[in-house]
Amino acid sequence: MALAVHKYDAVVIGAGGAGMRCSLQLARAGLRVAVLSKVFPTRSHTVAAQGGIGASLGNMDEDNWHYHFYDTVKGSDWLGDQDAIEFMCREAPKVVYELEHMGMPFDRNPDGTIYQRPFGGHSANYGEKPVPRACAAADRTGHAMLHTLYQQNVKSNTTFFVEWMALDIIRDAEGDVVGVTALEMETGEMAIFHAKCVLFATGGAGRIFAASTNAFINTGDGLGMAARAGIPLEDMEFWQFHPTGVHNAGVLLTEGCRGEGAILRNKDGERFMERYAPKLKDLAPRDFVSRCMDQEIKEGRGCGPNGDYIALDLTHLGAETIMKRLPSVHEIGKNFANVDVIKEPIPVVPTIHYQMGGIPTSIHGQVVVPKGDNPASVINGLYAIGECSCVSVHGANRLGTNSLLDLLVFGRAAGNHLIATALSSKAFKPLPANAADYSLSRVAKLDSSTGGEYPQDVANDLRKSMQLHAGVFRTQKTMDEGVVQVLAIAERAENLSLKDKSKVFNTARIEALEVANLMEAAKATMVSAAARHESRGAHTVDDYGDTAEHPLGRNDDTWLKHTLWFSEGNRLAYKPVNMKPLTVDSIPLAKRTF
Amino acid sequence: MAETITKRTFEIYRYNPDDGAKPTMKTYEVELDGSERMLLDALMKLKKQDDSISFRRSCREGVCGSDAMNINGKNGLACLTNMLTLPQKITLRPLPGLPVVRDLIVDMSQFFKQYHSIKPYVVNETVPPEKERLQSQEDRDQLNGLYECILCACCSTSCPSFWWNPDKFVGPAGLLAAYRFVADSRDLDTESRLDNLEDPYRLFRCHTIMNCVDVCPKGLNPTRAIGKLKELLVKRAA
Repeated sequence: MALAVHKYDAVVIGAGGAGMRCSLQLARAGLRVAVLSKVFPTRSHTVAAQGGIGASLGNMDEDNWHYHFYDTVKGSDWLGDQDAIEFMCREAPKVVYELEHMGMPFDRNPDGTIYQRPFGGHSANYGEKPVPRACAAADRTGHAMLHTLYQQNVKSNTTFFVEWMALDIIRDAEGDVVGVTALEMETGEMAIFHAKCVLFATGGAGRIFAASTNAFINTGDGLGMAARAGIPLEDMEFWQFHPTGVHNAGVLLTEGCRGEGAILRNKDGERFMERYAPKLKDLAPRDFVSRCMDQEIKEGRGCGPNGDYIALDLTHLGAETIMKRLPSVHEIGKNFANVDVIKEPIPVVPTIHYQMGGIPTSIHGQVVVPKGDNPASVINGLYAIGECSCVSVHGANRLGTNSLLDLLVFGRAAGNHLIATALSSKAFKPLPANAADYSLSRVAKLDSSTGGEYPQDVANDLRKSMQLHAGVFRTQKTMDEGVVQVLAIAERAENLSLKDKSKVFNTARIEALEVANLMEAAKATMVSAAARHESRGAHTVDDYGDTAEHPLGRNDDTWLKHTLWFSEGNRLAYKPVNMKPLTVDSIPLAKRTF
Repeated sequence: MAETITKRTFEIYRYNPDDGAKPTMKTYEVELDGSERMLLDALMKLKKQDDSISFRRSCREGVCGSDAMNINGKNGLACLTNMLTLPQKITLRPLPGLPVVRDLIVDMSQFFKQYHSIKPYVVNETVPPEKERLQSQEDRDQLNGLYECILCACCSTSCPSFWWNPDKFVGPAGLLAAYRFVADSRDLDTESRLDNLEDPYRLFRCHTIMNCVDVCPKGLNPTRAIGKLKELLVKRAA
């Protein structure tokens, strides 16, 4: 079958914050760039980000990038690479100012500068006290940012392929990436995108869990494509639980609530975070706060008839502040919890929110894999940016506001790197003869399937299993059981059956194709988690508790290293953490207290 | 939470160009256990029963704008429509006035074409300062009620003027966006933005029917924004 072939200098997969910041850079430089997205660009999940973008503008209190750098390293539980973290924190003010110049509707201070609010783990003077660093547009920062980036791409004539799902990476005999296969959802037909460079900006895989703040589209498509193409996934055991997901709904309430002064209370009304984190209190990093909440619930101090949630109290902020700074939180309370947050506390629980791991990259966004003695050998023609990537700036735990920052900094950096390496003057490498065979066979298998399992039943079993075996508190036993279960579910996913074989906008067919990606992300998570015998950041294992030798269960002698999971044979490898920043002194290892 | 099983009736517009059949309304009985807070939750359950039913969805919290549809005769987002507010029988149709691709999925090209036609981006070709362009709090407040649009198209597809002239009338969503940029103190393109709308159709086809205000799931008021634009044009002519 002869497939249509589209030819572009660069093909960006995903039109969220990272993808559109990158495509903007490329389009402005006059490159031929196409952006593929499963949804219309402004429906990408960046739209749901609420609280802010981290940057040490110092508009409201003294701040500088060194403090931001320190907070991010400490927040990452020292698993983040300090060169990448320095790069991100130094670039932060610049990318925020640029976004403002593009028309981003930031809130303002009386002097006309960008409004900033405090956020978890962000401190002044190396942990001394919270500092307002989150540049915010009310509690709709992600929405405002995504729309601004889309608008600028419209201005720069970026070509969008809307409602196209990328299926697989095309690599040539030398292993270089020369394009992708993709499916147009409206027609159900496949096509080839032949490119000098493919950039993944496909977001996270939060939908591998049953309870998640993530959108339905977050199925880890980039991770699946990478894993199937033999590329390892890094640090996938690290998943962030956001402290304040609405109980029983999963919908997120921004950390900006606590940034504006909201308080977490147990059933006795106690502000328990004062006990655990005397300095930062409710604004300690997310992994820390989530664990404290779980601890309160476990020890019988949870709220409600079943004692299974914590109360987020905004009532003392007053109607005016809430309606001005947190209007969406007010709306969400009303819609998803029947609670007027002005008048009463809202029930919350730690909820899966963000994937710290992903496709390993350099600080330019180039995908890097181990080859011989080199732990980071570049794969020609492939970049990854944003949540699908692991650069690694978030390490074992991301700080709030650093995700939107990550999208802007590395989206821009990847674009600049392509421009600097003169992509437009490079020749296209030829497509291999069998470029689309693998994708065609995957789709043909589904289209001719009979008697297999219903894709969503298998996906739901996976989500339940992940929730059970890779939750806030993990034990070695549950993780080991999880590996067995998840691998068994992945086997079942090899034999899916599609009832409706029609082509035109067949969403069941799309969802079935997504299942393959969910499976890779879940296997990576479960296998990497069970192998890491320590507690670090979001990976907290009961078996590895606080000891004199390993404070808080963190074992730097053995485990100060990045995990690399390969799909083939579920093989694991490791690579060192880069403790050396670009220009400043390293932040030395220390016990994490707040 | 209630655990009682209730049966709800869904009547859903079905159309699949692949099967060659004409569009029909198909009736479904769905058992709900009370955990389906929103219409989208119930729809997901229904899709388990018949996975050929197609509709768009993503964030499930009313910020991405994917799951707009016509719910018992009124446009809205499935993810923000509480089941308790709906009668026993729920009738779902695609957004009116746009070509149907399949089932509840419409072709939104015309809607986005109108959005793009108003130059939806801040125009300011002066050299930016090293830091942010300053904007007073009062100036920033002018953007409230405008920038929050999620482009779900509930408003434009509830507007008779848009049904009749989707190619010529910008529609409430596009006009709300047009005013968002006029209202931005950082934008220097007001004159050409007004030129762009000075036309018997593009702006003046709005007859203040206000369906847009009635259906907006984000509580925005396109009619007010349109009024402001008309005012500016009148002032300019005077």
